[in-house]
Amino acid sequence: MASSPLVDPHATQAHHRALAHQFDSLDQQKESSTLGMWLFLVTEIMFFGGLFTAYVIYRTLYPQAFALASHTLNVPLGGANTAILIGSSLTMVLAIWAAQVNWRKGIALFLLATIALGATFLGIKSVEYREKFETHHVPGPSFHFVPESEHVKVTDPQLERHASIFFSLYFIMTGLHALHMIIGIGILAVLTVLAWKGKYDSEYHNPLEMTGLYWHFVDIVWIFLFPLLYLLGAHAR
Amino acid sequence: MAEHVTSRKVYFLVFAALLALTLATVLVAEVDLGVFNDVAALTIAVTKALLVLLFFMHVRHSTRMTALTAVAGFFWLALLIGLTMADYASRGQILPYVAGK
Repeated sequence: MASSPLVDPHATQAHHRALAHQFDSLDQQKESSTLGMWLFLVTEIMFFGGLFTAYVIYRTLYPQAFALASHTLNVPLGGANTAILIGSSLTMVLAIWAAQVNWRKGIALFLLATIALGATFLGIKSVEYREKFETHHVPGPSFHFVPESEHVKVTDPQLERHASIFFSLYFIMTGLHALHMIIGIGILAVLTVLAWKGKYDSEYHNPLEMTGLYWHFVDIVWIFLFPLLYLLGAHAR
Repeated sequence: MAEHVTSRKVYFLVFAALLALTLATVLVAEVDLGVFNDVAALTIAVTKALLVLLFFMHVRHSTRMTALTAVAGFFWLALLIGLTMADYASRGQILPYVAGK
């Protein structure tokens, strides 16, 4: 879609209803959205990055307490959630594919599948959180930690303090990740309605692409959280 | 210029690879490899992240400007973690008495 700077495409030719005034073409519009979304994601990388840095520091300082505390997390549930989140990334990308081939109902269906998988992830996460509350592994006044290991059986106040740092990081990191998913599900719900109304087609589906970038980013955060929180030193069990 | 349409087959293959790598990271964590447990876990995680970035997030077909922005984000993260750990790792080495030793 080449356009001369002297010709205003909005005035002279029939153009897509989604093309905003400040852009020459839908391609340019998409380019701009993508770059803007990535700038936002860079701030998100640094946002989660600070927490990952805190994790690396404290794990280096207290490796034993971190390994013992990590053992109390539920690996099968965490692993299942990893698979579910990867599945939701697949359905998200298929929603965009459906838009590219002009299958409007397909967009809404794949978005609904993404929402369902995201909600399942949060459901499993809540089961894990409940278990942590029941075993007093939530940092605070009733925090209590006795390692499930043959080597250490007695309550060690120092070890307990260091383990509470692990659980603080666990709740902040997974909690912030879950908050991102809740926001993502909200956006996906709005997109589902708009897709059902036929707002997106092969020419224009920027909101799907941008939400996809966000959703996949949240997936990547979990891809790092799962091994770092659940699997560290699993062999020492 | 039309945007690149990736076939469904590619997406399903990437999905299968991500699931296989998830299983691999769980299995390899059960074996005691010393410090290489961390190396293996991070190598697998970075591989998975790259698959998501390149195929699902379409960085493979993005402009150089977008790719540069993404790379810059991870580069600054590496600076954040790298320089912080360089600080922690070298404390007490330059002025041992400051660390109270």
